[in-house]
Amino acid sequence: MPVYALKPNYKGERMDRVENFGGNQLVYFGWDEHRMFCAAKAFPLPPSTPFAAVMENVLPEAFGQHPEFSQINWDTAEWLLNNEPFKPQMNATLESQGIDHKSLVRFKTPELKGYAGAGV
Amino acid sequence: MAAKKLNIKDKYRLLTRDLDWDFSYEDRKKAFPYEEFEGIKITDWDKWEDPFRLTMDSYWKYQAEKEKKLYAIFDAFSQNDGHLNVSDPRYVNALKLFLTGVSPLEYQAYQGFAQVGRQFSGVGARVACQMQSLDELRHVQTQVHAMSHYNKFFDGLQEFSHQHDRVWYLSVPRSFFTDARSAGPFEFMVAIGFSFEYVLTNLLFVPFMSGAAHNGDMATVTFGFSAQSDEARHMTLGLEVIKFMLEQHEDNLPIVQKWIDKWFWRGTRLLTIVSMMMDYMLPNKVMSWKEAWEVYFEEAGGALFKDLARYGITMPKYSEVIEKEKEHISHQAWWTFYTHGHATGFHTWIPSDEELDWLSEKYPDTFDKYYRPLWELAKEKEAKGERFYTTGLPQLCQTCQIPMLFTEMDNPNQNSMRDTLYKGERYHFCSDGCCDIFEEEPEKYVQAWLPVHQIFQGNCGGPDMGDILSEFYKINVGADNMDMKGSPDEERWNKWKGKA
Repeated sequence: MPVYALKPNYKGERMDRVENFGGNQLVYFGWDEHRMFCAAKAFPLPPSTPFAAVMENVLPEAFGQHPEFSQINWDTAEWLLNNEPFKPQMNATLESQGIDHKSLVRFKTPELKGYAGAGV
Repeated sequence: MAAKKLNIKDKYRLLTRDLDWDFSYEDRKKAFPYEEFEGIKITDWDKWEDPFRLTMDSYWKYQAEKEKKLYAIFDAFSQNDGHLNVSDPRYVNALKLFLTGVSPLEYQAYQGFAQVGRQFSGVGARVACQMQSLDELRHVQTQVHAMSHYNKFFDGLQEFSHQHDRVWYLSVPRSFFTDARSAGPFEFMVAIGFSFEYVLTNLLFVPFMSGAAHNGDMATVTFGFSAQSDEARHMTLGLEVIKFMLEQHEDNLPIVQKWIDKWFWRGTRLLTIVSMMMDYMLPNKVMSWKEAWEVYFEEAGGALFKDLARYGITMPKYSEVIEKEKEHISHQAWWTFYTHGHATGFHTWIPSDEELDWLSEKYPDTFDKYYRPLWELAKEKEAKGERFYTTGLPQLCQTCQIPMLFTEMDNPNQNSMRDTLYKGERYHFCSDGCCDIFEEEPEKYVQAWLPVHQIFQGNCGGPDMGDILSEFYKINVGADNMDMKGSPDEERWNKWKGKA
């Protein structure tokens, strides 16, 4: 049952429909096993954003404070898009490679074990 | 000749059960429209056993006496500058979190119990809920009064009510209660009356009131004592409701169990804030969160569930996850607040070396391995003049609304993340527990007012973060927020104490 309500066919208002974000969509980015950042971070981005712009602007803004960020070898980084293995296409837009509203993009950096090797 | 004074039994009958009436020309079901839609079957309300035989006249008398004593102590506290006796000004930050996060829940409890005190068709249950409603209203008032003295001397207490409805981390306790209040009356009673009051409230009040005592805060200790007799009544009511439902009809068992599973999970998520208060915010520690959890949940709660087993009730779902998480959540929560200290209405800080050692001792299996390195990094950054405030806004759980800070218990380095699709939209969760709750009632939780998403929709002013903090949240930026070090609170304290 989608809800237990007093009246039949009660529908809730979806608060986070993509239409509510003024032309943007939400995308979450997370760096696996780097707990310096307590959680993945949310960004409102136009669906037409090329992934190259994510690499250039969004990820440094989100994770650039980490001492290991500048050492990331992006060639060996492993990506997940909504829990599925994923290979970002730099020149393609978010939309055209399946990164839709409220998608979660995670990356793992196998060579980097976090501050003090502790997953921080 | 009639006796001048009624005996207790007669008085009780006249002032509770006899307040009810039969519906001779109106449909009883229409008078109590909320009673059936949840699926709970009540065959005979007369079987309700009143958990405490209190009538309104004696209720007023007891409460008035307690109030008189309580306010005499508040006056003395104020006249003697009681705030100067707290252990350390850091302590007051726990009060700020309590006043903004917990006291407004007392008000929500007052509203919730007033609602169920109208909607149950059994008069015994109605009267008991109405009295609890009055208790809760009194609690919010006395808490506000207890803390008003601190408001004259410390930052961050001045906008608690406004902030409760808006500030990102306060949406966690707020949505917990609005979830319960927008459920039917029986679920509300399992949520608040049983799960929260009976089992989890000890984890909030005992450590918090002992924490106040250990840290020289007589105003809060006195409030705690004054509320204690009420809490005992509330616990009895919570347990009575559960037993009553289970005794009324066998079909009620799966529904009650489902609610217990849901509200224990929601309750333990909510108590994450308390875990952090105990382990990090009290300068003089009472016990660790892990110890409190073992005493008040594993031992006391375990005994309770053993008792309920005769009705077919089992331990709440995911208890085994919660048992492992007791080693982690306080550290994860304080790190989250520390790194978002620019956006909080209270101060945060790096634990002292003695405190770090205390944490290592209390959490031998997890602290040095997973959490001390966080503080080493924070210290390193602070020494370079780069006190770490994280950029951007965190992803939130759709159900508990907490930033997705919890980790996998089989790999505590990795954040725990779950998601589900509903009507083509993706929803994210911190845990299986929160995901299950959503999937049971998606039409309810799609309505969650998630602070991060609301900011990005432009519903909180801004877009500049400073404007959101000062105008929408009413945080006095530069005074209420940021690190304890260098804060006006610290400066004033040092002046009062004659320190440089």
